[in-house]
Amino acid sequence: MSLLSVRDAAQVYTTRRGLFGGRVDVRAVDGVSFDVAPGQTLGIVGESGCGKSTTGRLALGLERPSEGSVTFDGQAMPAPGTADWRAMRAKMQLVFQDPLGAMDRRLTIARQIEEPLEIHGIGDKAERAARVAALLVDVGLRADHGLRHPHELSGGQRQRAVLARALATNPSLLVCDEPVSALDVSIQAQVVNMLTDLQAARGIAMVFISHDLKVVRQVSHQVAVMYLGRIVEQGDPDALFADPAHPYTRALVSAIPVPGPRRLERIVLAGDPPNPADRPTGCAFHPRCPVAIARCRTDTPALRHSPCGRMVACHLVDTETRIAA
Amino acid sequence: MPEPLVSIRGLDVRFNGIPALRGIDLDVGRGEAVGLVGESGCGKSVTWLAALGLLPHTAKVAGSVRLEGRELLGAASGALDNVRGGRVAMIFQDPASALNPVQRVGRQVGEALKLHRGMDDKAARAETRRLFELVGIPDPARRIDVYPHEMSGGQNQRVMIAMALAGQPELLVADEPTTALDATIQAQILDLLRRLQRETGMALVLISHDLGVVADMCSRVCVMYAGRIVEQAPSEQIFARPAHPYTQGLLGALPDMVGPRRRLSAIPGGVPEPWNLPSGCAFSPRCHLATPACSLQPPLLRVEDGHEAACIHLHAREGVFA
Repeated sequence: MSLLSVRDAAQVYTTRRGLFGGRVDVRAVDGVSFDVAPGQTLGIVGESGCGKSTTGRLALGLERPSEGSVTFDGQAMPAPGTADWRAMRAKMQLVFQDPLGAMDRRLTIARQIEEPLEIHGIGDKAERAARVAALLVDVGLRADHGLRHPHELSGGQRQRAVLARALATNPSLLVCDEPVSALDVSIQAQVVNMLTDLQAARGIAMVFISHDLKVVRQVSHQVAVMYLGRIVEQGDPDALFADPAHPYTRALVSAIPVPGPRRLERIVLAGDPPNPADRPTGCAFHPRCPVAIARCRTDTPALRHSPCGRMVACHLVDTETRIAA
Repeated sequence: MPEPLVSIRGLDVRFNGIPALRGIDLDVGRGEAVGLVGESGCGKSVTWLAALGLLPHTAKVAGSVRLEGRELLGAASGALDNVRGGRVAMIFQDPASALNPVQRVGRQVGEALKLHRGMDDKAARAETRRLFELVGIPDPARRIDVYPHEMSGGQNQRVMIAMALAGQPELLVADEPTTALDATIQAQILDLLRRLQRETGMALVLISHDLGVVADMCSRVCVMYAGRIVEQAPSEQIFARPAHPYTQGLLGALPDMVGPRRRLSAIPGGVPEPWNLPSGCAFSPRCHLATPACSLQPPLLRVEDGHEAACIHLHAREGVFA
């Protein structure tokens, strides 16, 4: 039974091209479907502009999809700003990359962790204080950290404080948008371990958005690779990163510099990730794809089950021309 | 051993009395690729800003930095202008803020050509075009006349690299050159740097927090912690047989890309504040091997040929690596 269910969701923004240009529709997210079960993590990877953060906002109901649907715990997501929506928001929380930007610099850490409890009317004053103290312990902070202001904490401690605040209302879904990208390696490992421990203890469902494939593999039960608003490959993280099927995933995985000998031959893609406002026809990846055929220019490949056991959106996967290693 | 291109000895930097660098010794040979890794605040960038006289006046710099035997620290600014952007060039993490937003990119590269190679307008324009081609900017004839905001982050970093190459440097210092870029663009830029280094024979110092990037690009790696080099070795050795507990911790904290997933072995605690450094080994409060003897500053000790680490427990544990 899935907690969060996203079906064929699309998000279209209208923007002007240049100062005097006409209006163009930008499909930031286009036909994305996935499910997240309690206690499970869906990792979303992709480069800037691929729509991974917009997908996170759709999952939280911060935006309503232009097309498709988002259901949480079997119910359709209420419209943002309504009382129903606010009640539901207590069960789902967002953690950002930049903890300093996500906090109020004038309030102490304890005060900020207490705020969501007040907003959602949870407990009386004494109960709230006890809950804040417990939350600080849960995320590995000391009681005296609660009395400090955000600038008095290190980056890692701030991210812990943000997490404590997100956990205050006891959410069943956490959307983490690049939660460890701004942290140093040694601190990143602490926060990653803490996230997996908290998930195990509380059975929280997570959507973990990151450009860092190594971290995503570490935390995810399922991974979706996005390119220009669409999921191009989805499945088990170990299999997906060990033997990527989509040419884009192959390039992405081979591009990660790792200490020690290289496993896959490096594929360096030509060109920049395309502008979502100027989406190539057919498969959006075809201008950069080393194995594209004529059909890729005209037909958009659907995301379907492939013999490798994953979902892949590529005309060439599972045909004879399957991109040989 | 031939004379190194750059030789840094006992480099010390203090900001308002607070130590940022505490005795850096580092040689860079001709054509060599050296990586500097470490976490924020460890001094990896400050080392090169100090060496090139790019720190503000409030910084107290001591020690010696020699470029082919000539002292750079305290040299007249006229002499330094010849070195900076000429013999030694530097590129930074964020190309968009390093470029002038209101000047066409070609003109900015041309300026470096006029300054360092005495070219006139016409020659500079032709050479800029050649450099744009060299760094793989598509349609260079047209791109010369665009502004930085009209190009992507990856293309802007290529412009920065073209500008760095304008002075035909013997050493390129690249400070987190791909950190702000997407994975596939990072691969392009690293590939470009590798090719340029091979073709021009320049030395490369790559400053990065990413052990993978450094392992990929450099033949020798220095790991820094709290203003000191704590370990240096050829790349293969440092990743196969890290000797310093901090290096071991950094590698253990990285998630693997293959094989079974394991719990990350996080290093406990955080980097010490520079105004509150522990005496002796700065890593000792976070180190699982620490003993009272660690309150004395350990020198770099030999692990094997070309491999040194600053840890007094090195010899006690030698059996592990034998």
